Amino acid sequence: MNDTFRAQQITDSVYWVGAIDWGLRDFHGYATSRGTTYNAYLVLADKIALIDAVKAPFKNELLARIASVIDPQRIDVIVSNHSEMDHSGCLPEVIAAVEPERVVASKAGAETLRQHFDLTSIEAVEDGAVLDLGNRTLQFVETKMVHWPDSMLTYMPEEKLLFSQDAFGMHLATIELFVDNLPRELLEAEAAKYFANILMPLVGPISKALAKVQQSGIALDIVAPDHGPIWRRAEDIAWIIGKYVEWCAQKPTMKAVVTYDTMWGSTERLARAIGEGLKAGGADPRVMPLRGSHRSDVATEVLGAGALVVGSPTLNMNMFPTVADVLTYLKGLKPQNLVGAAFGSYGWAPAGVRHVHETLAAMKVDLVDDGLAVKYVPTDENLKAAHALGVAVAGKLKAACARG
Amino acid sequence: MKTYVCDVCGYVYDPEVGDPEGGIEPGTRFADLPDDWVCPECGAGKDEFSPEE
Repeated sequence: MNDTFRAQQITDSVYWVGAIDWGLRDFHGYATSRGTTYNAYLVLADKIALIDAVKAPFKNELLARIASVIDPQRIDVIVSNHSEMDHSGCLPEVIAAVEPERVVASKAGAETLRQHFDLTSIEAVEDGAVLDLGNRTLQFVETKMVHWPDSMLTYMPEEKLLFSQDAFGMHLATIELFVDNLPRELLEAEAAKYFANILMPLVGPISKALAKVQQSGIALDIVAPDHGPIWRRAEDIAWIIGKYVEWCAQKPTMKAVVTYDTMWGSTERLARAIGEGLKAGGADPRVMPLRGSHRSDVATEVLGAGALVVGSPTLNMNMFPTVADVLTYLKGLKPQNLVGAAFGSYGWAPAGVRHVHETLAAMKVDLVDDGLAVKYVPTDENLKAAHALGVAVAGKLKAACARG
Repeated sequence: MKTYVCDVCGYVYDPEVGDPEGGIEPGTRFADLPDDWVCPECGAGKDEFSPEE
């Protein structure tokens, strides 16, 4: 086996043996502009455990990193915290190569792995179950819908180490193993993007999981997620948990996202006037033309915003396809506590604006009016109305912020 | 009898089917489910279900 890929030691008994995907730019529709890592961990206790695996094409990298420390066949137990294929894709081949005594997952995980790979040898563990590795133990914490039904965390009390699966992770390819060696702004940007695009629809179950961890009173010296760098300083762990609490609450702020597409420039002119109106009304506008903004970057801006204003021209009695794309995506992510408005241009029937308005209403966005629809090309009066719409949204936003 | 949908994962509780694996007999109305009943798919509580139109 080649010795290019080495394990990296995290604690006395734990090694990082994952894979770095420098080239990934699309994670099921989420633009991963900085790539990602698939983290797997090797626990060298009296018995040897592998926590999670990696995406299928990276199997050899995982096995090489393991082999840099021990013969992979010495692994006694494999733990699958999450069945999604970026962590389980090579699991059937790894099981075949390692021949472990046991492979464990949550009850839903065992079923999900069977449904993915026809793996029938997975042992289901209960919430709170403990696996004895001799001088180390692994405790399993079921966290359904954080972020799949099968999701669980694994805690190792002897080193106060939480294998947190997708929680507290981010898509960031880096050779640097630890959070504290990376700039905070980069971590905040990528952790927020991950939360917005993967976890935002699940703030209910996430809040419950956070409460479950906090109530258990377990100490956390290290939090090791399945993507991105590892958290090991108390101040960093407190910071990311605080961020999760804040992102779950989604209290409105004065940030206002204006996103739109345009055919002949009319909807764009309205967007620019609305942006000026928002500013005049005291809001902090972020104008995001969809020709230059990926849906996942719009979602990231919406997390932590208080207003969402969406513009679309009418194309063949519909909203514009790019606007439908971003609205379908945002609707699924269920952002909370937003005020907003629809706007756009049309030729003979204002169907685009109506569809945007109806979609925002279905998303429970508190709308200021029925939507601003302008025929063909905005007049000065229309642009004044757009500016006034921005001011009105800012006013509603101020009231929402005051209510908290 | 009304069906209820889980707001978290989209599972639909159909009273005519019940939730046999969770010990709920077919014919049990949503309102009559025990308070500690949880969504069999994702574990969400009863309070996270909405009636289907």
